[in-house]
Amino acid sequence: MATRRVIYLDHAATTPVHPDVLRAMQPYFTEEFGNPGALYALGQRARDAVDGARRDVARLLGSAPSEIIFTSGGSESINLALRGVLFSHMAKTRRGGAANGRPPHVITSAIEHHAVGHTCRQLRDLFGVELSEVGVDGSGWVDPDAVRAAIRPNTVLISVMAANNEVGTIQPIAEIGAIAGERGILFHSDAVQAAPYMDIDVRALKVDLLSLGAHKFYGPKGIGVLYVRDGIAFEPTQTGGGQEHQRRAGTENVPSIVGLAHALSLARTQREANCRQMLPLRDRLIASVPAVVPGARLTGHPTLRLPHNASFVIAGIEAGPLLLALDLAGIAASSGSACTSAAMEPSHVLMAMGVARAEAAGALRLTLGPENSADEIDCVLEVLPETVQRLRAI
Amino acid sequence: MNAKSVAKSPAQTRVVVAMSGGVDSSTTAALLVEQGYEVIGIMMRLWAGTGPDGSAYNRCCSPEAVADARSVCVRLGIPFHLLNFEASFKKNVVDFFLDGYARGVTPNPCLECNRHVKFDALLQQAVALGADRLATGHYARVTAAADGRYQLLKGTDPLKDQSYALCMLTQSQLARAMFPLGGYTKQQVRAMARERHILVAEKSDSQELCFVVKDYREFVQEHRPDAFVPGPILDTAGRRMGTHRGLPAYTIGQRKGLQLAIGEPLYVVGMDASQNALIVGRDLDVWQTRMRVDAINWIAASAPTAAKVKIRYKSAEAPATVEVVDAARVEVTFAERQRALTPGQAAVFYDGDVCLGGGIITRVGEPA
Repeated sequence: MATRRVIYLDHAATTPVHPDVLRAMQPYFTEEFGNPGALYALGQRARDAVDGARRDVARLLGSAPSEIIFTSGGSESINLALRGVLFSHMAKTRRGGAANGRPPHVITSAIEHHAVGHTCRQLRDLFGVELSEVGVDGSGWVDPDAVRAAIRPNTVLISVMAANNEVGTIQPIAEIGAIAGERGILFHSDAVQAAPYMDIDVRALKVDLLSLGAHKFYGPKGIGVLYVRDGIAFEPTQTGGGQEHQRRAGTENVPSIVGLAHALSLARTQREANCRQMLPLRDRLIASVPAVVPGARLTGHPTLRLPHNASFVIAGIEAGPLLLALDLAGIAASSGSACTSAAMEPSHVLMAMGVARAEAAGALRLTLGPENSADEIDCVLEVLPETVQRLRAI
Repeated sequence: MNAKSVAKSPAQTRVVVAMSGGVDSSTTAALLVEQGYEVIGIMMRLWAGTGPDGSAYNRCCSPEAVADARSVCVRLGIPFHLLNFEASFKKNVVDFFLDGYARGVTPNPCLECNRHVKFDALLQQAVALGADRLATGHYARVTAAADGRYQLLKGTDPLKDQSYALCMLTQSQLARAMFPLGGYTKQQVRAMARERHILVAEKSDSQELCFVVKDYREFVQEHRPDAFVPGPILDTAGRRMGTHRGLPAYTIGQRKGLQLAIGEPLYVVGMDASQNALIVGRDLDVWQTRMRVDAINWIAASAPTAAKVKIRYKSAEAPATVEVVDAARVEVTFAERQRALTPGQAAVFYDGDVCLGGGIITRVGEPA
């Protein structure tokens, strides 16, 4: 494809690998290619690299190395968290363990990423797991009291995302974690979108399980982390050679593990500077888009929102043609999550927030990165109104 | 030339190519890129139905077709986008198709797709995206005459000419249309595709309706069961001969499947939706010389007094005289009797290579 300068405003979909991260990864593709399971020096050095990465990630998350599992990404982490806990519970009850006669009950929110939502629904449909999806208010915020009200005697697991990928709303994770803790219910949080720009300390957040994916914070695709608090009963889903302390089989993806740890560390050290850079630009978009595009309004919480997320619904147009027109103008943006393209179903997140179907069809998500400039924002604020006008004229 | 007749160079002309993932639209895009146009590939998501075996999508909008179209565009270095036109397609093509069968006629939905979806809904999107023209892989040609009127011509490959399906296009639609393949044969197009290493050069052509996975009768049965009800088979005098299994299962001129044994072959000669009756007759009754054509779109400035007429996509043209009833209706009288004139099918009028326009056959035989 002919490469043309692109204004990239879809950082919530993915981010480029930071040059330092790539450099850190490189040796593990070539000279240091060893299998960490091997006994000879080459293997041992690879093992050491993985161990070092694990220690670094644990430290950054406020956890112990034994509590960190490397996975193939955010979706696998989420799947492993949910299935790991639920299958363990179901196996125990079948063997005559803690049984109160009812299947396990899971509470999630109505705005989770499909990795949570579809997995929970599959578990409900195939295994009879009871499922409650707690609603959100108009700003996409999960009320901890609503979570508390949904708890049943057989509730085993609560899963609420740390920040929403579509509208950026930051959720009250610590409060929900406290509620879960009171009742001895396990609490998982999908922190995939939060990781680049929020301080993730698993003790402070009071989570028992937490999922991350590196490609959202300038690491490579195909690698993620699942934090599982020590002592939680947990069944692996990918079984085999016993890697990751018997919890996730498969030869370790050494370069990507090293890359993930490096990227997470960079995210921590550069967070303040990055936020300082992006916040004014984001706020400018938030203030200006509704002003220059009649019929556009902000979605998500006005203040409890990720520092890089400016999402809107624009009346009278459809997202597909809008994104195409923006693409032709050299602007990369999305509508809702990247996973649902060309499908005509409106975003379940916007629906849960009470946005009308017709309005939700015109959803536009702009998510910044530290490399976006004021000039680029100027350009977007020029292109967007005239594009919307042309599309409305159809 | 753009639609405003201002001379624009190819490099200044943005063309949207309607991509299907097939060899024709792919080669169309390749040719336009070579000619220096600013090309954008757009694939239309038209129909996401489920086949009887539970398989999702139809042949044409399948994920494989999308991947093929995308791959062609990436290799050509042009943007590729998939846009959703399901609502327009359902209303203008699928519902039109089902309504036709419910009324006891045999509709041709492809003409409606070209008229309302490709060269209307998609064209409007293309224009809103700054495109001057919309190109498709149809085997047809459009030219501008000296008086500024556009003419639709047959493709030069007589075996592949697709002007029939484009007969409903208006002057303003033709003004923005481009058919780069119209001057080539299918063999030449495949050869061009191979030369350019276009992935889909050897892909076979889709033959049937794009939104029907298996059989159109099953489709009608599934989506409009009220149109598929057994009823009486009557002869031309109105006598009951037997029972049919639902009008959509039959076509005019059909002999097989009637399950009537009266000593001479019987053929379907008509359908009466008001009585849900299938009318059968002898072979002689299947041949007619007169028909009424309604809802005509004239591409030519006015109706001709005589023309060569195609009565279905795959029929040969036949000479006929044309008598104007009003601006959109004519009586057609063929020089020689024609077999199985079918209400609901399009009658398309030709003068040599020029497609004068087309309409829908509504009455067959002598007027009542």
